[in-house]
Amino acid sequence: MLDKLKEIEKSALESLAAITDQAALDSWRVAHVGRSSPLMQVFAGFGKLSKEEKPVVGAEANRVKGALESALEEKAAAVKNAALAKSLEEEKLDVTLPGRSVHIGRLHPSTQQLRRVLAILAEMGFQVYTSREVETDDMNFQMLNFPPDHPARDMQDTFFIEADGRSDNPILMRTHTSPGQIRAMREHAATNPQNPPPIRIALPGMCFRYEQITARSEIQFNQVEGLAVGKNITFADLKGTIADFVRRMFGEGARLRFRASYFPFTEPSAEVDVECFVCGGKGCQVCKNSGWLEILGCGMVHPVVLQNGGYDPKVYSGFAWGMGPERQLMLRNKINDIRYFWGNDVRFLEQF
Amino acid sequence: MKIPLSWLKDFIDLNGLTPEDIARKLTLAGLEVDEILYVGLPMPVYKEGEKHEFKTNGIAWDKEKIVVAEIREVKAHPNADKLTLLDLFDGQQEQVVLTGAPNIFHLKGAGKLEKPIKVAYAKEGSTLYDGHADEQVLMTLKRAKIRGVDSYSMVCSEKELGITDESDGIIILDDDAPVGMPLADYIGDAVLDISILPNMARNANVIGIARELAALTGRQVRKQVDTYTGKQAGNGTRNTQHTTPNLQPVTDLVEIEITNPELNPRFVAGLIRNVEIKPSPYQIQRRLKLAGIRAINNIVDATNYAMLELGEPLHAFDYDVLAGRVGQVGNLPHKKIKISTRAAKDGEKLTTLDGVERKLTSTNVLVCDEKGSLSLAGVMGGSESEVSDSTKNILLEGAAWNFINIRRTAKQHNLPSEASFRFSRGVHPSLAELGVKRGLQYMAEWAGGTIAPDLVDAYPLKPKDSVVDVTSQDVKRLLGIDLTLEQIAELLTRLEFKCQITNNQLQVTAPPHRMDIAEGVIGLADVLEEVARSYGYDNIPTTTMADALPPQVGNPVHEWEEHLRDLLVAVGLQEIVTYRMTSPEREARLRASESYVRIANPIAPERSVLRRSLLTSVLEIAEKNARAESIALFEVGSVFEPNGSDLPFEPRKLAIVMTGSRTASAWDTHSAKDSPHFDFFDMKGRLELLLSGLRLPDISYTAAGASTALTSSRSSFGSANHLHPGKSAEVKVSGQAVGVFGELHPLAKEKFEFGDSPVIIAEFDLDLMRKLNPTYGIKAVPETPPIYEDIAIIVDDSVEANTVEALIRQTGGKTVTDVRLFDVYRGDQIGAGKKSLAYSLTYQSDKTMTDADAAAIRNKIVKRLEQTIGAKLRS
Repeated sequence: MLDKLKEIEKSALESLAAITDQAALDSWRVAHVGRSSPLMQVFAGFGKLSKEEKPVVGAEANRVKGALESALEEKAAAVKNAALAKSLEEEKLDVTLPGRSVHIGRLHPSTQQLRRVLAILAEMGFQVYTSREVETDDMNFQMLNFPPDHPARDMQDTFFIEADGRSDNPILMRTHTSPGQIRAMREHAATNPQNPPPIRIALPGMCFRYEQITARSEIQFNQVEGLAVGKNITFADLKGTIADFVRRMFGEGARLRFRASYFPFTEPSAEVDVECFVCGGKGCQVCKNSGWLEILGCGMVHPVVLQNGGYDPKVYSGFAWGMGPERQLMLRNKINDIRYFWGNDVRFLEQF
Repeated sequence: MKIPLSWLKDFIDLNGLTPEDIARKLTLAGLEVDEILYVGLPMPVYKEGEKHEFKTNGIAWDKEKIVVAEIREVKAHPNADKLTLLDLFDGQQEQVVLTGAPNIFHLKGAGKLEKPIKVAYAKEGSTLYDGHADEQVLMTLKRAKIRGVDSYSMVCSEKELGITDESDGIIILDDDAPVGMPLADYIGDAVLDISILPNMARNANVIGIARELAALTGRQVRKQVDTYTGKQAGNGTRNTQHTTPNLQPVTDLVEIEITNPELNPRFVAGLIRNVEIKPSPYQIQRRLKLAGIRAINNIVDATNYAMLELGEPLHAFDYDVLAGRVGQVGNLPHKKIKISTRAAKDGEKLTTLDGVERKLTSTNVLVCDEKGSLSLAGVMGGSESEVSDSTKNILLEGAAWNFINIRRTAKQHNLPSEASFRFSRGVHPSLAELGVKRGLQYMAEWAGGTIAPDLVDAYPLKPKDSVVDVTSQDVKRLLGIDLTLEQIAELLTRLEFKCQITNNQLQVTAPPHRMDIAEGVIGLADVLEEVARSYGYDNIPTTTMADALPPQVGNPVHEWEEHLRDLLVAVGLQEIVTYRMTSPEREARLRASESYVRIANPIAPERSVLRRSLLTSVLEIAEKNARAESIALFEVGSVFEPNGSDLPFEPRKLAIVMTGSRTASAWDTHSAKDSPHFDFFDMKGRLELLLSGLRLPDISYTAAGASTALTSSRSSFGSANHLHPGKSAEVKVSGQAVGVFGELHPLAKEKFEFGDSPVIIAEFDLDLMRKLNPTYGIKAVPETPPIYEDIAIIVDDSVEANTVEALIRQTGGKTVTDVRLFDVYRGDQIGAGKKSLAYSLTYQSDKTMTDADAAAIRNKIVKRLEQTIGAKLRS
């Protein structure tokens, strides 16, 4: 009987070794450890054995059963792993096929840039002030120290609006957001005319110039101005504030320089150049080989403007600066044609 | 303005400063140098990775190879009629050079020249511009045989040396040019192209730039020669006494009457007799050309040269023409020439130098004699009294004019000139006298002749030099720097301000060439700007504002719109920003408006008015992008509604356009063409998300129909004729109509170039929406399990889904927490004129519900539907 058990074990293990798939494994299980398998027959015939044989055969049969079961378990795991490996092998994708896209929405690049600028300004305490796009000559020019026929008006070619009987104060498309300076100052001053409160505002919005539409010039463009007015504001503060802004806008290492300049509504006035961030100042197409990019104009608010806003220039001082989000984008993203912005070709817009 | 450095050196020592150093100093002080043009001087060489500072252009002349030479004989070329051979000495050896220059050709075969001709000579291997190319192309001189004669060097033209863009012959240098000297040492130059800002008009001249440089470098401006005798000319011309006291003074011959001193504060005239009109010395011509002015003859050149140098535009009259007009003959004292200035009469005519007869208005100012008008003051001379080749005697005018008047006149007649450029920005009257003296002096030097003694000078309105008081405290308060009065005085004195310290304040008097310094609080700002420039902006520290931070109040309107934009982007819409200017015809494609805000000076007919319809702008962009598989665009912006002759209204609007395929195509799905198109419900779904994102309560949608006209104050959407009558709806929030949307009417769509897919549009009035009160509460997330149940009912086709849902909700009460339509079916199974609506209901209460609880409610609902709208439960 012990020989028979050995024989059972041997043949079962041999046939198990040859198995490679689940179906064969299932039939092996029925044939070798199933109810009618030779091994189970041994257990079934147990009663017929002698008293001496019983423990010996019993122990051996149990051993064989255990051996077959653990061999089966081992084989089952091997078969499963092999099957998985095979299917993983077969499921290989061409990962270079394109992904499945979805339509998404985006903000216009100008809005994105306006937000970047306004977010920095907000953190610096400059809050958004918006005002109208169609203005009077008074607000757009005269209050800002551009008298009629002043040569500085040549710097801002203007679209005028047809309106009867307004020859002394025509209606026009604002050429800059600066009329908002007067409106904001007057609103603030009205709250306490004897002692107007300090102001720190950002003025974003669309401006208009009479230009031909070319790769370099447009009839409309966004501008953002910053304005600070108070009893204790200096040109050195202007420099410090601009330096802070430029660092946050263009990076920690951005070098800048202040050049004397002229705007009727500020004095002293300056242009600010930042070291070309495309070439690092070595000279390239973008900076026209100068190493510097002109990014904003600024200055101390002109006494006439303070006066027109209801702030006494003997007591108050302030500074203002202005910049163009589209220009910033053109520099940063190497956009060589300003017409892309209002052309709104989705193939352009999708890149932002 | 273009300034040759050689000219600048007449007035300031520039030793130790490179052209870049000079350009940098000027740029930082507000005189921005746009370009440095090298015309002979060595150009900076930038190594790889080295910083550039300025845009540079031009050519350097090799000192070894390009030198001054003299032509000793002009011979015929043996094999070419149009070429000559020049015997030439370059300071070291004799050379034979071939040339085809027309301005030397007449000397061919003349034998040895009595007086050698000085020329610019380039030896073999020189790099020059190609004189025959249209553009500036560099070339190197190589040995060649031309018609059998060896050619290896050349005599240069201005074009070849980069002095001008074109030239018609070789350069003939002044007689005193030193033979053998490197040309770069003799006339090598660099030209700074400087932008002159409106407040810097005083510097639109060589002396002005020299004065600024002197202040910036702490150097001195060389004494300006204003004696008008014995000026030491720039390059070694002679010292001569040109006036002859014995002659009749100009004051005996000419008198001046100024009728309106506001328009003409000063008029100065001087006389020079017996000039010989011929070309100016080459050095003068070269400087004028480098400055961008054509060289004409010695008299015209003298007026231009003096103007560029000093800033005072001058006008030369042919004195004999003027004398003839009043019957004066020869040198005899007859009737004086009476020159007067006055405003023109409306309709008066004058033929200007350019041969154009101009119709004048009373804004224009005329210079006249007793016979009539002579010139358009400050802008352009008249043709009759113009200097001609036969002119002998010159009356030279230098005047001061009202800058606004000149500006208007130059614009009116479209006559931008060097003179009007300066006069329209303000020229100080003190320069009139200096200018005339300088002009006469140059004429005497270059054209011979004798200057008549004295000047006629009418000066009825002498401007007062501004006086401003400055304290150290002012400087601290506005510039943020600590300076003593002495330091401030030092900075201003460099710019020729007169400074006097008294009682802790500085009294500053503006120099007599400046028109841009006011008095009082404005004058203080003017002077502090000069302090800052002189101190150097770079030297002013950077500080953090110490002033109190104003209260931070935010800008709710702006923030609301930004939030709106975010929501629109979140539902898959692309933002666009379009032009405010359009035309009525363009808007009429969608719907015509009766009145517009009109541009008085449009750049083009298609941009003649301000838009009234934001939607049309967005549709135009959608049309432009029509080839994209899917278009979903929005714009938030103003439209402009006329308000009589007052400022227009600028209501804020939102417009949305969607067309094309609903889903993005991919390689394993349908092609874009097969994808379902955006339809009414794609828009509606987005609007529902938008409105819930804005937290607006009580939203309803009602069929718009052709008769719907949404009007409230200034928020008209016009009639809804452009919408498909069956596929459009009006949106109400709390009973207030705020927008319309739907499919573009097929007839409206025909007017645009769109593809097959429907175009879905929406328009909202943001001013109305913004004023609605949002609700911010939320519903608690239930803890008990819900019961879901589907019911399908059959109703007449005319019953709106809205009605059914409302009945279900009403009947189900608060236990029915959600009613969702998941299927609409029409077909044979249910019969014609009927539709099946299938709803998924959610039952939910505080306690765990049983199926029986739900069934009870459902039965109530079905019963109600049966009774109210004749619905049948579909089995």
